[in-house]
Amino acid sequence: MNARDGAPTVSGREPAGPGPAVREPAGQDPAGAWRPAEDREPLDVVPLAVDALLDDPGTRIVVCCGSGGVGKTTTAAALGVRAAERGRRVVVLTIDPARRLAQSMGLNELDNTPRRVEGVDGSAGGELSAMMLDMKRTFDEVVLAHTDAARARAILENPFYQALSAGFAGTQEYMAMEKLGQLRARGEWDLIVVDTPPSRSALDFLDAPKRLGSFLDGRFIKLLMAPAKVGGRGALKFLNAGMSMVTGVLNKVVGTQLLGDVQTFVAAMDTMFGGFRKRADATYRLLQAPGTAFLVVASPERDALREAAYFVERLAADEMPLAGLVLNRVHGTGAPQLSAERALAAAEALEEPFGAEDPGAEGPGPEAAGDPDAGGQETDGVAGLPGGSAGGGRQAGVSGSPARSPELLAAGMLRLHAERMQVMARERRTRDRFVAVHPEVPVVEVAALPGDVHDLDGLRTVGARLGGV
Amino acid sequence: MHVVSGKGGTGKTTVAAALALALASEGRRTLLVEVEGRQGIAQLFETEALPYEERRIAAGPGGGEVFALAIDPELALLDYLEMFYKLGRAGKALKKMGAVDFATTVAPGLRDVLLTGKACEAVRRKGPDGRRVYDAVVMDAPPTGRITRFLNVNDEVAGLARIGPVHNQAQAVMRVLKSPETAVHLVTLLEEMPVQETVDGVAELRAAQLPVGGVVVNMVRPALLDADAVAAAEDGRRAEVVRALSAAGLGGTRRGGSAERLFDPLLAEAREHAERVALEHLQRAEIAALGLPGYELGMQGEGIDLAGLYRLAGSLRKQGAA
Ligand SMILES: Nc1ncnc2c1ncn2[C@@H]1O[C@H](COP(=O)(O)OP(=O)(O)O)[C@@H](O)[C@H]1O
Ligand SMILES: Nc1ncnc2c1ncn2[C@@H]1O[C@H](COP(=O)(O)OP(=O)(O)O)[C@@H](O)[C@H]1O
Ligand SMILES: [Mg+2]
Ligand SMILES: [Mg+2]
Repeated sequence: MNARDGAPTVSGREPAGPGPAVREPAGQDPAGAWRPAEDREPLDVVPLAVDALLDDPGTRIVVCCGSGGVGKTTTAAALGVRAAERGRRVVVLTIDPARRLAQSMGLNELDNTPRRVEGVDGSAGGELSAMMLDMKRTFDEVVLAHTDAARARAILENPFYQALSAGFAGTQEYMAMEKLGQLRARGEWDLIVVDTPPSRSALDFLDAPKRLGSFLDGRFIKLLMAPAKVGGRGALKFLNAGMSMVTGVLNKVVGTQLLGDVQTFVAAMDTMFGGFRKRADATYRLLQAPGTAFLVVASPERDALREAAYFVERLAADEMPLAGLVLNRVHGTGAPQLSAERALAAAEALEEPFGAEDPGAEGPGPEAAGDPDAGGQETDGVAGLPGGSAGGGRQAGVSGSPARSPELLAAGMLRLHAERMQVMARERRTRDRFVAVHPEVPVVEVAALPGDVHDLDGLRTVGARLGGV
Repeated sequence: MHVVSGKGGTGKTTVAAALALALASEGRRTLLVEVEGRQGIAQLFETEALPYEERRIAAGPGGGEVFALAIDPELALLDYLEMFYKLGRAGKALKKMGAVDFATTVAPGLRDVLLTGKACEAVRRKGPDGRRVYDAVVMDAPPTGRITRFLNVNDEVAGLARIGPVHNQAQAVMRVLKSPETAVHLVTLLEEMPVQETVDGVAELRAAQLPVGGVVVNMVRPALLDADAVAAAEDGRRAEVVRALSAAGLGGTRRGGSAERLFDPLLAEAREHAERVALEHLQRAEIAALGLPGYELGMQGEGIDLAGLYRLAGSLRKQGAA
């Protein structure tokens, strides 16, 4: 695949690959001689040396970013555990850990400061602390730190401030940056690993703080605060009349109360605005400094890798240091020599004597999907029956159980393998489209674990994969 | 009205579109509404970006029609101001000044009233013959974490407008949303986090007295072998399975032969699969405990294209969702 048609595009169409290679097995040992149906060799990637990055005392901040659900929080936590067990004094700032993961790290929602994580091996001289971001509290802290008590109270009690701090688009990103700045300033850790908020788009992390800043700083707020001043400038005089009409309508639409709250809030915050922007700019510069490394996390799926590509390009444009791509939840196999086609053919041959009507038609290929009956829910509870939710039809035709019949057992294993090979081929194609466009980006692959990652051992396993072990 | 929510990335847009197709059978007409401005529907149906205007995008099975609309809150606010305040050209000035942006930003509740209001208007709209224009309206809604606030516009705007058109609009919207004509469906995967979000979401919706519809379990993969089968393979069946592999043409059974060498890797894959099946079983139990109608949609191997969308629609119909 070349760079031109490999570019992730909006429609994301994959170029039609070569059809399944129909080859006769050669020689005595057919399984060994067989190659995957895709003849294209996977593209070479530059390996990402995560351990070297973590061990380098010059690495002070690692930011894990990427689109939603790809494994940013998991990666951040796994990096924290690994770096600590390799001897660094680490703090992990997580944003939205899954409940069980949070429990296993001793994170509780109630405090907004780092706590030591128990159970981390400190024999190499390292330690791990972790915290979960509480955005409202972080915002409150900023307000308290920058104004006198009376003014701070006025702000904290303002209903508009309360809405803003609880859920304004971008507040979470802004506060993550703010917290990062605070942790850095405390100087207690030599490595800070930052998770990023669960936005749909990876770029929100970089853009949202500025959006919030520019909203607070916006033209309309200025007009709202100083209609008289604006009106005083001859050419804009009509705006004055316009303004009162506008505020009149807005009052009706958003409510007199709210508009008043906004005005009070903005007045109270006025002295802080400059500070806000300065802090955001300072943290932004921190992210550009040599001690910072960005890791873009993606799953081997079209959308996630498209976001990753945008992010890689954006980091380059903003001169932010990209360490590489973590490709998370990648599938592998110990039997790459056995292709999907051959495994399926063998499975069918084994199932035939058991009277399956047409097992192939319901196989785990793309055509198998889409049709589980509602009743399929129960079938996976039946001991050892093949089929489960998507195979109701076949299962009815097969008169044996894999737990008892070695043929059906072998057939089930082969079908699983075929599915695995298909998934791997798809993941590789998707990955290669990214690599073709960004061959310079180092990549590390982390295997998809069969279950969720919800304890320190799970994090160690992910960490070992990150370290290339 | 069908409102489709769920954790991000679980397939809300896909399921909403499939449901709109499924409901558009036999001459029926449905409207698919997008409220998050992502143009996900246009991408899915392989058409150009949707304007703020209802537009036919697909034919349903058996002669139905699917229309789509991407609601832009700024334009909706301007429409709305126009309707009640007759702003004329001043509306444009408002927009230019950033006032419209400002209003929808400082009052997210206002934004939500406009979005849900537009969808509810389509639900109630009647044609010249006095019949409803749309047989069903399907909304590709915000994710589970925000859905209750999004739909509970009444509470949200209570602090804004106690009288006047906004207030009336919110009341009318709530009447539709809380009526038996509305169902909020949640899409999930059989994974820990989305299921947890679904359980929390259902509790929130119920507490807000919003009508919960069904749970759509998406991207279900077939369960081919379970723990019992794997256990059987592990103890004592090795030789027999290797013989079976060999009989199927996968090489010799001798030690180190190719059939023999396949056994361990295949067993490892089977073990991972069985572990996943067991976890999914737990997740299914959590979903079942909600006591809601459940639907399952299979994982489409190569992602979703138009054909895949029709397949999902067919599956939803078969399961009685439409
Ligand atoms: N390599 C992996 N194998 C299996 N499950 C994983 C892996 N990485 C992440 N997960 C699971 O995926 C889910 C989402 O991961 P998370 O780190 O919370 O994503 P994000 O922070 O990007 O939204 C979690 O349930 C997590 O346990
Ligand atoms: N049943 C399915 N099988 C395979 N892929 C699916 C399925 N449902 C959704 N997808 C894919 O998952 C991704 C997320 O789906 P989407 O509908 O955009 O989710 P959401 O709107 O919840 O973010 C898309 O790439 C979509 O094609
Ligand atoms: Mg996360
Ligand atoms: Mg969507």
